[in-house]
Parts: sequence; structure tokens; C-alpha cells
Amino acid sequence: MSLVYSMKQFLLVLVALLVMPAAFANAGGEKDEEYDVTGEIMHHISDAHEWHLWGDDDFTTSVYLPIILIDNGLVTFSSSAFYHGTPVEFTNAEGKKEFYYKEPTGKYALLHEKIYKLENGELHFHEGHPENAMPMDFSITKNVLSLFFGAIIIVLLMFTTARFYKKNGAVAPKGLAKFMEPMILMVRNIAVDNIGEHKYKKYLPFLTTVFFFVWINNMLGMIPIIPGGANLTGNISVTLVLAVFTMLFTVLSGNKNYWSHIFATPGVPMALLPIMIPIELVGILTKPFALMIRLFANMTAGHIIVLALVSIIFINKNEFWGFLSVPMALFISVLEVLVAFLQAYLFAMLSALFIGAAVEESHH
Amino acid sequence: MYGSIAAIGAGLAVLGAGIGIGRIGGSAMDAIARQPEAHGKIQTTMIIAAALIEGVALFGVVVGMLGGAK
Repeated sequence: MSLVYSMKQFLLVLVALLVMPAAFANAGGEKDEEYDVTGEIMHHISDAHEWHLWGDDDFTTSVYLPIILIDNGLVTFSSSAFYHGTPVEFTNAEGKKEFYYKEPTGKYALLHEKIYKLENGELHFHEGHPENAMPMDFSITKNVLSLFFGAIIIVLLMFTTARFYKKNGAVAPKGLAKFMEPMILMVRNIAVDNIGEHKYKKYLPFLTTVFFFVWINNMLGMIPIIPGGANLTGNISVTLVLAVFTMLFTVLSGNKNYWSHIFATPGVPMALLPIMIPIELVGILTKPFALMIRLFANMTAGHIIVLALVSIIFINKNEFWGFLSVPMALFISVLEVLVAFLQAYLFAMLSALFIGAAVEESHH
Repeated sequence: MYGSIAAIGAGLAVLGAGIGIGRIGGSAMDAIARQPEAHGKIQTTMIIAAALIEGVALFGVVVGMLGGAK
């Protein structure tokens, strides 16, 4: 005998479950310390030298990633040297007690996931920030590992698809190629629409790579367990590099028509050119800058929203709030799946648009 | 004190985005009602314009985040 007979009864049960937390509002709450929401959220969306799996305090389980530094030569060690090293307490600028990690040889310290060189064995603070020198940090961090994983996925997808066509020629695809073909054709249509029939082929590899890189890494960021869940495309350095590539492609393929539009915008009287030229020159920079900020902010904001909703459980120190916060986080996550695809499509389309503007022939 | 002013700034940016994207959605619906066979192109254009406006709103949110952080 089923518990639910109709949609109305199902909805009634669902609503009852969602408001149930109110009945348990006084249960729990053993620890006195407040849950630092902002700190925890920032910790989750930032890069780290360890990949934290589960556990808290004494029971933390993490994957300790290698630290690779260049400091008069190559220095490598596992980041467990830091996280299992000596914590040194200090009071930060807001008067709160924090600690930084010192590794056993006493040469380096880790604070907020940044590595500093120690002189006299301690960090010297100036207005709340350490002013020690920093070695060049080429460590494999969480984001780097996630990038490698995403890259392996893309390589596998693309080479498998290519191998099908090499073996079978231009036929209707089966298997993985059948799944990939509509998406690759979509990128091809973006290129043809924006760059033009005659010139799009040169830029199609870049656009396909950008589209799939952004899409697959956005989707990986939504998976809560390793190897997903690293906020790669929400790292502004990563989006900066992608935007720089777009800018390089645009500027290096600019033809005479493109540069004449910048230095002698048609239809502008001579007297206004001293104003227009700086504006156009800055425009070359601002368009990729907008690409960078758009992707970074969309991804980071999405993750912050989901994290904040789940934090409701921890702020109230009561697991029954999960009945309310997890469905809400689920709805937002569904929206984030759409945003993941949309941001990838948009990045590819705007890159194609800028490249198309650069290679456009003048039509008089 | 500065944290909350940054949050108000971010909220204002989002307000602008909400109005803008709402108008785009409205125009798109009018256009589709007038010419249902063009709904594919209209929908694509609507999504692109909405994403561009959202990009600008997120500029404001990012500046708010920078202003509210230490």
C-alpha cells in the first residue's frame, strides 16, 4: 500500500517535511563557538595545497598535494609537512586568533594557502599581512590537479571522436562520436555565424577547445567529491589566461580594416579622433576583461550560493535544517548546470564575435 | 560598517540587472507572440543579451566583494 495517492497528498507530505525543522529548533547546539560562515565559504571556493576529503579537526582526511618551489633551486615536499607541521598562533588585524603552519625544517611557512620564506624562523607581520619574501610557487594545488583531470577528459573525448571518423570516414556516427557531433557542430555554427564562411576554419580549434574546456571544468566544479569540486573556472587567474588567448587571437589576426576602424573610425570627424582613438584602444582590452570577469563571477557566485544554503545547517547546529536547505541547494544547483553550459557557450560566442570583427572585410 | 555598504552597492547592481533582464524577457515574449515561427532565433538572442547584462551586474558584485573584504 503506497503512502501517496495523489499529487495533492504528495505536496502536503513534502511541505510538512520542509517545515519540520521548526519543531526541532531547540535540539542540539553543544559547541559554543559560532560557525564562521564567510571564512568557511571562502575556504571552499579558494585554491588549496591539500584536497580535503572529509572529517574535522582530529579526523581530517585529505589528499596532500606536492609543493614545488623555486628558491635558489628546486625544492619539493609533500604539503603534509605543513598541515602536520607546527601551528604557530598569532593575532590578526581584527584581533582574532589565527595560526600559520611551519614545516619541520623551519624554512617555509603557510598562511592562507600562501607560502612564505621564514627568516629567524617566524613570519613578520605588517598591518596584518606577512611581509616575508615568497619563493616562486609552482605547486600542484587543488586547482592544478582539477585542471589536469579536466584536460585528460577533454583529450579522451576528442581523440575517441576523431578516431571514429578516421576509421569510418564521413558517415553518420555511432557511440561517443554520436554524442559529441551535435556539440561540435554547434561550435562550428557559432564560428561560421560570427567569423564568416571563408575564414572560420583557422579559428575553429581554439573555439572548440575554449568551449569544452570551460564547460567541462564548470561541470566538474559542481560535483561535490574528488576529483570534482575544485572551483577552477572561478579562479580569476584561469579566466584571465583564457581571456588573454582571446585577445591575442583578436589582435594578431587584425587586418587593415580592423585597425582602420580603431585609428580612423569611419564617420567620425577629424576633431573627435583624439577622443575616439584612446577609447577604441582601451576597448581592445575591456572586451576580453569583461569575458574574464563574467566567467569568474558567475561560477564563484553560484558556488557561494550553494555553500551558503548548506551552511544554514551548520549555523543552526541542527541537522534537521537539512530538509529545508538541501532541496533549496538542489534547485540552485540545477540552475548552475544551465549556467555552466551558458557561460561556456557565451565565452565561445563572444570570442568568435571579437575574432570575426578583427578579420572582417570592409563592405562599401 | 564598510562591509554592509559594499553589500548595498552589490544589491543595487543586481537591481539594475533584474530590471534589464526583465525587460529583455518581456520583449522576447512579445516578439514570439507576434511571430511564433521565429522563436528559435529570438530565444537565442534573448539568452545572449541576458548573459551580457548579467556580466555587467557581476562587475558590480565583484567590486562589492572587493569592497567588503579586508
